[in-house]
Amino acid sequence: MAEDAHYMSVRRMSDALRARELSAVELADVHLRRIDAVDGSLGAYLARTPELAREQAAAADAVLAKGDGGPLMGVPMQLKDNMATRGVATTCASRMLETYVPPYDAAVTGALGQAGAVLLGKGNMDEYAMGSSSETSAFKPVHNPWDLERVPGGSSGGPAAAVAAGLAPYALGSDTGGSIRQPAALCGVVGLKPTYGLVSRYGLIAFASSLDQIGPLTRTVEDAALVLNAIAGHDARDSTSIEAPVADYTRGLEDGVRGLRVGVVSELFGEGIDPEVARVTREAIVQLETLGAIVDWDVSLPTSRAALAVYYVLAPSECSANLARYDGVKYGYADQGERSLMAALEATRRDGFGAEVKRRILMGTYALSAGYYDAYYKKAQQVRTLIRREFDEAFERLDVLVTPTSPTVAFKLGEIVDPIVMHANDVCTVPANVAGLPGISVPCGFVEALPVGMQLIGPHLSEATLLRTAHAYEQATGWHDVHPAL
Amino acid sequence: MVPPLAGLGSIKKAVMLVILTPWTYQWIANLHAGVASVFVGDTASYNPYMPDYEPVIGLEVHAQLRTRSKMFCSCPADYQAAPPNTRVCPVCLGLPGTLPVINREAIRSIIMTGLALHCEIAQETKFDRKNYAYPDLMKGYQISQYDLPICHDGYLEIDVDGERRRIGIERVHMEEDVAKLFHRTDPATGEGYSLVDVNRSGVPLMEMVGRPDLRSAEEARAYLIAYRSILQYLGVSTGSMEEGSFRCDANVSLRLRGASALGTKVEVKNMNSFRAVYRAILFEIERQSAKLDRGERISMETRGWVEEKGITVSLRSKEEANDYRYFPEPDLPPLHVEPSWVAELEELLPELPEARRARFMAAEDAKGYGLSEYDASGLTDTPALADYFEEAVGAVREGHGGDEAPKRVANWMLSELASHLNAANAVIDDSPVRPGDLAGLLGLLAGGTVGTTQAKAALEAMYESGKPAAQVVEELGLAQVTDSGELTGAVRQAIAENPSAVADFLGGKETAAKFLVGQVMKATRGKANPGIVAELVAEQLGALKQ
Ligand SMILES: [Zn+2]
Repeated sequence: MAEDAHYMSVRRMSDALRARELSAVELADVHLRRIDAVDGSLGAYLARTPELAREQAAAADAVLAKGDGGPLMGVPMQLKDNMATRGVATTCASRMLETYVPPYDAAVTGALGQAGAVLLGKGNMDEYAMGSSSETSAFKPVHNPWDLERVPGGSSGGPAAAVAAGLAPYALGSDTGGSIRQPAALCGVVGLKPTYGLVSRYGLIAFASSLDQIGPLTRTVEDAALVLNAIAGHDARDSTSIEAPVADYTRGLEDGVRGLRVGVVSELFGEGIDPEVARVTREAIVQLETLGAIVDWDVSLPTSRAALAVYYVLAPSECSANLARYDGVKYGYADQGERSLMAALEATRRDGFGAEVKRRILMGTYALSAGYYDAYYKKAQQVRTLIRREFDEAFERLDVLVTPTSPTVAFKLGEIVDPIVMHANDVCTVPANVAGLPGISVPCGFVEALPVGMQLIGPHLSEATLLRTAHAYEQATGWHDVHPAL
Repeated sequence: MVPPLAGLGSIKKAVMLVILTPWTYQWIANLHAGVASVFVGDTASYNPYMPDYEPVIGLEVHAQLRTRSKMFCSCPADYQAAPPNTRVCPVCLGLPGTLPVINREAIRSIIMTGLALHCEIAQETKFDRKNYAYPDLMKGYQISQYDLPICHDGYLEIDVDGERRRIGIERVHMEEDVAKLFHRTDPATGEGYSLVDVNRSGVPLMEMVGRPDLRSAEEARAYLIAYRSILQYLGVSTGSMEEGSFRCDANVSLRLRGASALGTKVEVKNMNSFRAVYRAILFEIERQSAKLDRGERISMETRGWVEEKGITVSLRSKEEANDYRYFPEPDLPPLHVEPSWVAELEELLPELPEARRARFMAAEDAKGYGLSEYDASGLTDTPALADYFEEAVGAVREGHGGDEAPKRVANWMLSELASHLNAANAVIDDSPVRPGDLAGLLGLLAGGTVGTTQAKAALEAMYESGKPAAQVVEELGLAQVTDSGELTGAVRQAIAENPSAVADFLGGKETAAKFLVGQVMKATRGKANPGIVAELVAEQLGALKQ
């Protein structure tokens, strides 16, 4: 059984550990060996932590031997490299933080540690989570396990590729404008962006604070629910975290979609969307209909078309402040050549940041400048309110909205050079971030042997509904059992 | 204020008028050094500095709050005595991924302050990011408040020259302090470098922005003192300018008297004492008026006070001013202030300086102390001083009682005790002489055990040793000799040794008796009770007369 242990679901691994079919140390080794064998061609990992993994696995084995521990006890995983891990380099895939080792754990790192998770290493990504292809990583690009010449999407390309290729049963990604869902779609895995505030952002290196949210990437929907159980909940260290009672997201997973009111966002099936992707997604919706969902095939959300523009004002604005702390004085990369303070600061930021990061800092600085604030930032906030309102109205009569997750399947590395074209990749995913709503991408088929994802968006704190819907679809279709040939 | 003098040349007038305050010596020194310039014109408006122009001054005051923890993390806020970089955590170090959490105690303090300043307390308020790059700023932005401060539109009343003035307060908002930089020079290479102590980073900082309602350096100082006094009464800040927990910037502009439009303002920074604020404003008024007199324009700029030289120097011009790119802090949701909480805090407001001063001046039958305005002001300057006074008066009344206890305590506190404190650069809380000790001393004085001279000597010894009055008087032998038997001999001796004085007295020169009393006091080294000595001298001389 050890040969395909790396494609077991989290649930199945957990059961196997509990039944002592294999130990946590053995399970960690299966993954560490596979990472050694495969990741050279994928680039899904930055730092690997084999020693820590074996140590954590041994501790988990001791707990499991006593019959204790929850479903994540002893199960390995990967964390995107923008989540602080005490004693383990956390670089954001940036030269700026190449040498940075946090002295503290992110809230999610701590929560998973409590749950007995085994850290295999840190996930490669777009630099500071800015990108849709994982090509802006300062260290190496990530390759799509389904076609190594193609990108895995981004910015959580490392987590998505690792989970798709069996280099981790689950990973945590972060999603600011689609950074969990889009790579999940392009790599054929499940990606959940929870409601803004459901998972603590404490220790998540900020890109755009009002949009960032941590969530799981898994191979099955049930696994996403299991991981969400471990990381959701109020955290006093994050003032934007929601004070809501913690649910068990695995409950009701089997309840099906009979009577579920599903709306198809017509704007996101037309212009700018690959017709084949649109067709495959429509077929998936037909499947939901077959399972008993009531589908409204023509829901219009006209304001949400502005979400991309809103996003590309707000996210850079916030990022321009969030990334101001990287000045070479306290940690990370520091220019050594310049003698004066301001010259050294400029040189540090010129050489420490990549082009896309600098582009966004410039855009944000401009948008917040005196004389432009009202026209950009303030206007964007106003439109954001309108988008939220539009979603609220839609959810008065609908339970779930459906769109393709990505306008296209995975494109080739180097294929998109125009940043505006690259930014347009987020068109389907950005509205949920702008409105703070939960969204999930679930594999729904292939176009020319490349995975396609279907996105479900629900109202505030509707994770249970999204998971139930995605689970019903997944169980009826079985796309999750198809793995890339590596 | 000084009345206008007529009939003198204007230069002379200016000098004569200004010598009445100590800092004007500095002004005169500047004058001689050619730093300050002299103004001429009509002094009938009796502002000696500004014959033609009216100063318009507004203060911005930053006060660190005495909360247990910092503004956005749980580090202790009392960093002053801590070794560098020991009061830090990932949050106040601004490490990647950390998030702020609002300190409720700081919000409570600022609301109390706002209430004491008659401000409106906002129900909906928020924090904003103020963006600028400097190595003392750990996150590259400071969390502050931009357009929705917690407190706004209040006022503070001050008395200057018997005139009551209401000075507007635009806003009081919350922000965080920054780290401290130490600039050093490498002795080997001569190259400059800087050290950063992050302990101060994130300490709650309350900024009060006053309206430009002040018209003189004196008013500005009175306003600043009144504001600090309120903070101390509320217990929200130590208000120490020397320690840097209380910092003041001044916006100073001039306009032609009678004009309504404001002149170009200059911001003055780096003033580390009340005296420095006063001097810097005075200097700035002077500098600007001289410039205007020469037909030059005032440029909008930030200037720094240089204490040693007694001047302000340009730090940066308006063109170099930062665009802070304020935007709402996305890591902190808007803060809703419950009106019920504000009402609760209003109930908890302590007696404030103004009310306490009024009470100290009220008649004793109205639960006051019947003090003069001067005494009452001096004694209510800080809550500690006022508490000391009330405790001492209470102890006097409980102890020996006697008339005019408040007046006597006030006199001793504001003269003798104050001079010891000033000499030691100490405040009342540092005084080794506690209220009960002072009351004890006043008891000995009232009972005639010691005279005024001995009492002063006793207080000095008490201040040095911390011992109670009775013990000091005993140890130093300061008690007056009241035993008439012992004194009779001394008087007899004085009469015997001074026949010419006795002859003068018998010849009708009454004052000769006083001389003899003095001789007795001298012989007993001042310890004799002068009243008894005078009686005995009169008695023995009377016997000679007959
Ligand atoms: Zn701290």
